[in-house]
Amino acid sequence: MQTKNILIVGVGGQGTLLASRLLGSALLSEGFDVKVSEVHGMSQRGGSVVTYVRFGDSIASPVIEKGEADLIIAFEQLEAARWLSYLKTGGKMIVNTQRIDPMPVITGMSKYPENIIENIKAKGANVIAVDALDLAVKAGSPKAVNVVLIGVLAKNMDFDKQVWLKAIEETVPARYLELNKKAFELGYNI
Amino acid sequence: MNILKQLLLGNEAVARGLYEAGVRVVSSYPGTPSTEITEYVSKFDEVYSEWAPNEKVAAEVAIGAAIAGARSFCGMKHVGLNVAADPLYTASYTGVNAGMVIAVADDPGMHSSQNEQDSRHHAIASKLPMLEPSDSAECLEFTKLAFELSEKFDTPVFIRLTTRIAHSRSLVEISDRQEIALKDFPKDPQKYVMMPAMAIKRHVVVEQRMLDIQKWGECCSINRMELHNGAEIGVIAAGDCYQYAKEALGDKANYLKLGMVNPLPVKLIKEFASKCKRLYVVEELDGIIETHCKNIGVDVVGKEVFGYLGEFSQRVVREKILGQTPEYLSVDFDVPPRPPVLCAGCPHRGLFYSLKKLGCNVSGDIGCYTLGALAPLSAMDTCICMGASVSALHGMNKARGDEFAKKSVAVIGDSTFVHSGITGLIDIAYNKGISTVIVLDNSTTGMTGHQNNPANGYTIKGDPTMAVNLEALAKACGINRVRVVDPYDMNEVQTAVSEELQHDEPSLIISRRPCALLKTVKHKPPLKVDKDRCTGCKLCMRIGCPAISMKDNKAVIDFTQCVGCGVCQQMCRFGAIVEGEGNNSAN
Repeated sequence: MQTKNILIVGVGGQGTLLASRLLGSALLSEGFDVKVSEVHGMSQRGGSVVTYVRFGDSIASPVIEKGEADLIIAFEQLEAARWLSYLKTGGKMIVNTQRIDPMPVITGMSKYPENIIENIKAKGANVIAVDALDLAVKAGSPKAVNVVLIGVLAKNMDFDKQVWLKAIEETVPARYLELNKKAFELGYNI
Repeated sequence: MNILKQLLLGNEAVARGLYEAGVRVVSSYPGTPSTEITEYVSKFDEVYSEWAPNEKVAAEVAIGAAIAGARSFCGMKHVGLNVAADPLYTASYTGVNAGMVIAVADDPGMHSSQNEQDSRHHAIASKLPMLEPSDSAECLEFTKLAFELSEKFDTPVFIRLTTRIAHSRSLVEISDRQEIALKDFPKDPQKYVMMPAMAIKRHVVVEQRMLDIQKWGECCSINRMELHNGAEIGVIAAGDCYQYAKEALGDKANYLKLGMVNPLPVKLIKEFASKCKRLYVVEELDGIIETHCKNIGVDVVGKEVFGYLGEFSQRVVREKILGQTPEYLSVDFDVPPRPPVLCAGCPHRGLFYSLKKLGCNVSGDIGCYTLGALAPLSAMDTCICMGASVSALHGMNKARGDEFAKKSVAVIGDSTFVHSGITGLIDIAYNKGISTVIVLDNSTTGMTGHQNNPANGYTIKGDPTMAVNLEALAKACGINRVRVVDPYDMNEVQTAVSEELQHDEPSLIISRRPCALLKTVKHKPPLKVDKDRCTGCKLCMRIGCPAISMKDNKAVIDFTQCVGCGVCQQMCRFGAIVEGEGNNSAN
């Protein structure tokens, strides 16, 4: 099969690493060759973060370049705009409508753009917008935004739902399992 | 499917390799992108592991363990290798007894580093072999091979990683640990006591060893040609660059994939060159393979098209070799940058705001708190390397005199202070300086992901141990004025800093409050803005808290980020920031 590229982008602290681990674990159990490239260290501290996930028969590069992503999961609107250039023409974008102001906006140096999602749609991207923060709070914790978005992703991929649930069971600590399963279902069923 | 296949980070795969190779002693200092090697290996009870105060100590522990007969390891980031260089350059002369491997992780693109140096220079200068894996499977394989080479050629061996290899997950097949017996402790001063008479003889051994290893590299399995019918382009590459070239060029190129980057082969490169019409060297950072090729008379294209800066990718290879540039989508507006920031509730925030308010010159250091240099706190003037805040402040004060010294401070984290700030403090006391040094004691090594350190009372495995008493240490170094403040209390901080700056003797202020991200730290409920009292004056925005923003000319607090630290409440003159209910509802 042709290599598939998924980009997970967001703000440091939003839990993008757990999302990529869940995805990686699901892909591994489906028998693909997989590469996942993560960001650790300084950029994680509230900065713009990206994880590259690639899978197929045989993967060489661990990174995805501009114009190469089949799907982007954006944990925040501004990050969706920032990483749009990585999407293939006609690619799919799952966007959490949450807004987190970056420091240049907080200090008044820059303005947070208006109508981001409309603009991205106008470029031909296939956008699925979701208020993942609201669903995460409904599931029991605002920290579950990542698993809500994995739920949305799962619905948009061809694997059996059980594969995802198993990945969650294997990755998430037992005391948060029920909460995360609920978050996954809320995302899966939007 | 093979159930033993795992999706491991390059760093985790190196750690697994250490375990499988029967390593007994591991000592490291954390540093992105190398930290997870030692974190991961600390989970194996068969391996003794520790965080050392710095990379020099770590390397010496590993050298001692190897001479004493145990397979040993130390890991560090590229700049850490500068700190560890002293023992390693001479360990090259003594050789090892049991195998010893050093992993060094370079950071092309500077994701989390203060420079972009290329560690291969150290391998060349110290005359030590260096292997470079290109995915996690090779991380494991090369780690085990490195121990075999170390013992076969009686030398420490480097494994060079780059951020992309260290922090990418790919499939790895794991196997069981090989139990290796302790070797005898050698009583052999001719080999292990390096003073001129002995070292002169050992240098001869070192030079012969490099020739022997180079010969081994001419026909080893990790330096290999991949030839494709009809391909005219040849690419010589190692590590992540090999993967980028494969991604970009596929079967349209021939490859000389180098697993050993020091010493480099001669015959093999010449043979490969004879099979290609045009030859490229794809390597990030410096032109080390390229220079070698040119030195042996092989004509290659390298830095003149690829340059020396940053991280490569398949796009870079396509652009530079095939002349292809991709088309891509973009939005119609400017996207504001999102630089990293001090977290909500970070204890450093109140301290940096206080230093800015007092108009201090600030000699900074390496850690999360380097972010205090960014707007709106903008409270740092210099940051060079681990520990430099203390000694550079001393130099500034000696250069500019007491008046300057009375408005200047150094800021250094607890882990960085233990790493290499103590010697600077002794310099201040010994040479009659009057500098004011502030230790930002957040009870952890924050930026690298919360490692325990000698000042926080826990070992790498989380077991309780002694904690360096910073107050007593400062006094023993000859600093008589030592005081402790809580950085959440900005009045207390400003009073302490103003007072200590006025004294004609050195001071140490310990700004003590655990990192807000530590699991042991209990958070207060998120604060809320009372919209009736908020005048929209934006004073609370000056502390640069990512949880506070403006909406309809009123401040709002993001309940997902706020940990109730109360620093913003001290900024508000209208009592508009109040305690929330502790639920998850938006305000």
